[in-house]
Order: sequence, then C-alpha cells, then structure tokens
Amino acid sequence: MAGRAQPVSPWPGVGAAALVAALILGTLAAVALRADTAGGLGPADWAALRFTLVQAVLSALLSVGLAIPVARALARRRFSGRSALIALLGAPFILPVIVAILGLLQVFGRAGWISDFLGLFGLPPLRIYGLHGVVLAHVFFNLPLATRLILQAWQEIPAERFRLAAQLGCDGFAMFRLIELPMLRRILPSVLAVIFAICLTSFAVALTLGGGPRATTLELAIYQSFTYDFDLGRAALLSAVQLALTAAAAMAALKFSRGDGFGAGLDRAIQRWDGGAPAIDACWIGLAAAFLLLPLAAVAISGLSGLLEMPALVFRAAVISVLVATASTIVLLMLALPMAMAVATGRHGIVELSGILGLAASPLVIGTGLFILIRPIANPVTLALPVTALVNAVMALPFALRILVPAARDVVARHGRLALSLDMDKKTFFSRVLLPRMRPQIRFATGLSAALSMGDLGVIALFADPQIATLPLQIYRLMGAYQMQAAAGAALLLLLLSMGAFWLLDRGGRLHAET
Amino acid sequence: MLKLKGCVIENGKFSLRADFAVETGASVAIIGPSGAGKSTLLEAIAGFRDLKQGKIFWDGDLISNRAPGKRPLAMLFQDGNLFPHLTVEQNIALGLRPNGRLTVDERSQVQTALDRVALPGLGDRKPAELSGGQQSRVALARVLVQRRQMLLLDEPFAALGPALKAEMLDLVAGLLAETGTTLLMVSHDPQDARRITGQTVLVSNEQAHPPAPTRDLLDNPPPSLRDYLG
Repeated sequence: MAGRAQPVSPWPGVGAAALVAALILGTLAAVALRADTAGGLGPADWAALRFTLVQAVLSALLSVGLAIPVARALARRRFSGRSALIALLGAPFILPVIVAILGLLQVFGRAGWISDFLGLFGLPPLRIYGLHGVVLAHVFFNLPLATRLILQAWQEIPAERFRLAAQLGCDGFAMFRLIELPMLRRILPSVLAVIFAICLTSFAVALTLGGGPRATTLELAIYQSFTYDFDLGRAALLSAVQLALTAAAAMAALKFSRGDGFGAGLDRAIQRWDGGAPAIDACWIGLAAAFLLLPLAAVAISGLSGLLEMPALVFRAAVISVLVATASTIVLLMLALPMAMAVATGRHGIVELSGILGLAASPLVIGTGLFILIRPIANPVTLALPVTALVNAVMALPFALRILVPAARDVVARHGRLALSLDMDKKTFFSRVLLPRMRPQIRFATGLSAALSMGDLGVIALFADPQIATLPLQIYRLMGAYQMQAAAGAALLLLLLSMGAFWLLDRGGRLHAET
Repeated sequence: MLKLKGCVIENGKFSLRADFAVETGASVAIIGPSGAGKSTLLEAIAGFRDLKQGKIFWDGDLISNRAPGKRPLAMLFQDGNLFPHLTVEQNIALGLRPNGRLTVDERSQVQTALDRVALPGLGDRKPAELSGGQQSRVALARVLVQRRQMLLLDEPFAALGPALKAEMLDLVAGLLAETGTTLLMVSHDPQDARRITGQTVLVSNEQAHPPAPTRDLLDNPPPSLRDYLG
C-alpha cells in the first residue's frame, strides 16, 4: 500500500530499530574482530559447548514433558483457585532468577527441607550443584511457561470438537488421539525450541548452580574468562560460538513460532465429557503447584528473619536497582512504542530484524562487545549502570514488541481511517487515540520490563567493580560470602521490588482505568 | 460538481474503471453485486486508496492528490465511526477541531448539532453507553459540524434493524436538504436507494457506470443488476 496516508509516522520506529540493530551488530562485530581464533577452541571450551547443549536439551525435554499432563489437567478441570494458579504460572517470567535459586536451595539444597527430611531416615542429603541443579532451576522457570503455552493451545481447540467427539462416543484415549494429539504435534516443536533457546542463554542459573569443569556453560565461560583471566580474546571467541548457537536456536524458535504468546482467555475451562480420573489430574496440578510455591514460600520464610540482618550495602544496591530499572524501562518504551507504530503502518522489515537480533544475542555477548568498544574511550566500569540499563532494555524489547505490536496494529487499523478523514495530525492521533487505546498493553510492557530489569543478573556481573552492585548482584555476593541469612532477606526485598514494580505499572493503573 | 475523469482503481486482483460526474447537491446510491468494488470506489474518492490512473475534481479543483482529511468530504464507515474512549461531545468536537481545543462558540455548535440529531444532554456519555442508533446519530452530528460539501456513506447503518435504518436515512435526507450536501451512499438494499437517492451508480463488471435515475434503473435493470437483484 505504498504512498497511502498513515495516521502515524513510521520513521521514529524505523530509526529506533536501526539504532538497536546497529548496537547489536556493532557489539557483535567488535566481538568477532577481537576473537582470538589462533588457538581455536580448547578442551575446556568444547566441554562448555557440550554442557550448554546437554543442559538445554534436558531442560527443554523435561519442562515440556512435565507440562503436558499439567496443562491437560488444567484444561480439563475446574476448581476454585484455578485462575489464580494459572496467573501464578506467569510469575516465574518476572521472578528474579537469583531469588528462585535461593528458594530452590532452601528446598532442594544440601541443607534444605528435603535433605533434612531424608536425614530423618539416615539418607544422605541431596546435591544440587552441577548438571541436575542447573536443569532443576531451568525446569522451575520453564515448566510454567511450557504449561501456559500448551494450555493456551488446548483452550483454542473449539469446544464443538469435544462435543462432537463425545457424541460419537469417544473415550478418553480416543479423544486424546483424535483431537489433542494433533494439537500437541503442532505446538510442541515451537515450545521446545523456545525453551531450548532460553536455556542456552541463561547465565545466573549456571553462575550459581553450575561451575567447575563439568558444569560450565558458554555464558559462564565468557564471564570467567573476563573476570578471572581477563582474557578478552577468549571471551570474544566464546561469545562468537555462543552467538552462532543462539542465532540458530532463535531462528528455529521463530520458524516454529505461531506469532502469539501471552494468551488471553486462559481462565476459561472447556467443558469435557470424557471424564478421566480426577485423582490423576489433581495429583499433577498439586505437584506442579507445590514445585512452584514451595521455593517461593521458602524465600518468604527465611527472608523475613533475614530482613533484619541486612547490611546497609543491600539498601544501597536496592536503590541502584530501582534507578537502573527505571532508566531501562524508559529506554525500552522510547524504542518499543515507535517500533510498534512502524510495524502498524506496514514497515516491518527492519523492526522484525532488530527483534530477531534481540532474541539471538545474549546479554553477556552484547556486554562483552560493549566492553571491547568502550574500553578505548572510557573505563567500562564507570559506565556499568548505564550499560546495564541499556542492555536490559534491549533484552526486554522482543517481549515488549510482542505485546505492543498487535495493539498498535489494531488501533491503526480500527481508527486510522477515521482520524485521517477528520484531518487529525500525527501528534494528536498519538496523544488522543494511540496512547489511550494502548494503555493496557503499554502498562503491561513497562511492568514486565521494569521487573525483568530489576531482577537481572547478567551484564552487571561483567562490568561492576566491588564498590557498586545492583540488588541481584549484591545477593550473589552475599551468597558467595556464605551470609545466607542476609542473602535471604535481600532476596525477599528483591522479590517485593520486582513484583511490586510489575503490579504498580501493570495492575495499579487498571484500578482507575477507563474502558 | 464531483468529476471522476478516466479513473482506474486497483484493489488486489481487480481494477475498477470510473468516468462520470455527480451534480452538486445530488443524492447518489452506489449499488452492485458484492465484491464488485462499491466500497473501493468510495475509498478512492475519500483518498484511502490511490488511483492507478485518472483524476478526481470537485468544482473544478483537483482533489485526488490531497490527503483524505483535506478533501471537501466527510465519510462514515461500516463501523468504527466513533472513538470509544472519548465522550460524545469530544467525538463531535473532532469534526470542528481535530487537533485542538474548542472555542466557546464552537462548543455551542456541538450542542446545536446534538440537539439536531435529537440527543440533547448525552454529551458526557461514552459511545459504549449508547444504543447503536444513538451512536449513528452521534456520528451524524459530527458530520454536521464538519460542514463538508460531500458526504460518503459506506453502509454505516448496516448493523441497525430495518426500522432504525430507515429512520437514520430519513435523518440523513433531512440534513442533506438543509445543507445542500452532495451524497454518495453504498447500499446493498435497493429500497434504501429508492428511499433517499434520486440517482444510482451501478458498479459491475469492473466498471462504475454513470449515474442514472434510480427509479428507471431499478424498474428496468440491466442484466448484471438483474442477476444481483434476483
């Protein structure tokens, strides 16, 4: 539709997308140029590559394998608290990783609840560090995501199909084969690919639960060659390998993806007539809920007593985290909103490209590149906080776009012609139509971005000196110093800050929202 | 006078030719089989669709190179004629000042328009609080304050029941008579055409035919229209 008048201008969004693409490609180029290829990959590097792949494959398979019965149970059953539980399944997405890890340690760790219980029978305690710990944490984060994605596909099956199948006399298994199996076959590749890609780039989990020659991921190896050896060439080489890996995974995830995500209408239960055993469904739902809730409860319980033991450093770090999250969220909005508007007017090319780049690049790779770029000009350490805010914004960008683009498209499609026929100018359309109509999505995206940035433990670990830390980094340092009480208190504080920021930005506004 | 000179409008696979004139103050129905391009024709006149060839003039001025809002016409679409988050008054005010605040005088114009469409006192409501017929009246009130020389209707009353639709068309006819506005109206229903329009443009076979008297056309339909009317 070239040459047709549009109620919004695509150019700010195209500019923002070009900026993001330049930032990501620039850092990647810096990484590639600096990579020390002379030595090639050493045995330790191959081990890191292998471990990265193995843990990501295991995490994806386990998450999805367990999510199928949970999603099926949730799709079939109605019970009080069902919608609360489904809402809770969305929580791990904005849950700070370090908080979840502290909770998992409390439950599954050497001195955790389960080990204590085993000790009563003279059994040895669990060991959480290493491959199984990394996979456990990844399943904790991705089982809910997989459940939501699969549940959404389940709910999208028209109720008439089940009615027809019931009328034909299909029993549980026949109904599964007839209706549900084809759906699973369609949706599972994309869910597996998404979770595989997420697990490839997760850094904080490997940092805290992995380590050592047998449990080091590429991201962790990048961090270690930075901080322990200060070997920029090796860090850059590993970054290049990681980049190739994540780019391939992101491409696969996009290829399979169906273009939707945060689904609406998940709290609707479809009426079914195939019965099945309620006990089995209840068992799956109960186990999943316990798996999610116990670690969070553990953080809350131990955090309450730890709140009083927190050193002043923690509060300083909390203030820094709030500032970084605020800056990051503002940057995100200034990028994402114009980009969504550009897509709404039909200019998707460059915007989608930068969205894909954002998915493919990992924070540590971008961080490495920025470090290399900044070092000749300034001391990267002094720029730790601005860089963290910027990288967090770029990382949240693909999610924000997924939330904002459909809404922007809808507003432009629905109201664009009327605005044009009234001779409304672009500025007025933006302030009087686009912003008010997109308020819920904008609030959701900002809430998500603020919570993600608040809980992020990634690039800050590369740049920070001992004097400065965000709250997640401070918690990691307290854990390293075996100040577990203080770490638990700080984790509770971080949990409250992240969830509070999300609630304030997303929900708070709905209390007096216009319809 | 509206003049379409050698116009070719492309819409995906088909292209529509139009070469005719409409007298100022005339009321013209546009009828034809569905998918023939009735809406496409209106969209091209309103500026939402580019012309492949040809030009459109209003009273001798070239208008086909102008943005939609700069053409001497107001248009009502099938749906989405009101902004749901703005009040009735704010929606009507956009017809006077799309980009700014109203003067006192303009405020009273809005009130007058509300009275004219028989909705006094409903200015503070949101569209969702109104019935379908009332929403149509608000849109017409806005058309009234816009004071454009042409009104294009792309079946804005299609969702209303027959009685309500007839009522709206009578209201439109009354407004047109007061203001001397030229009307182009897409319609599925030959009765609508008979009701308020003296002339009809038949759109069929990739061609928008010149306006003909509605009564003659409907009483003695050409083959393509006969198939459609059944």
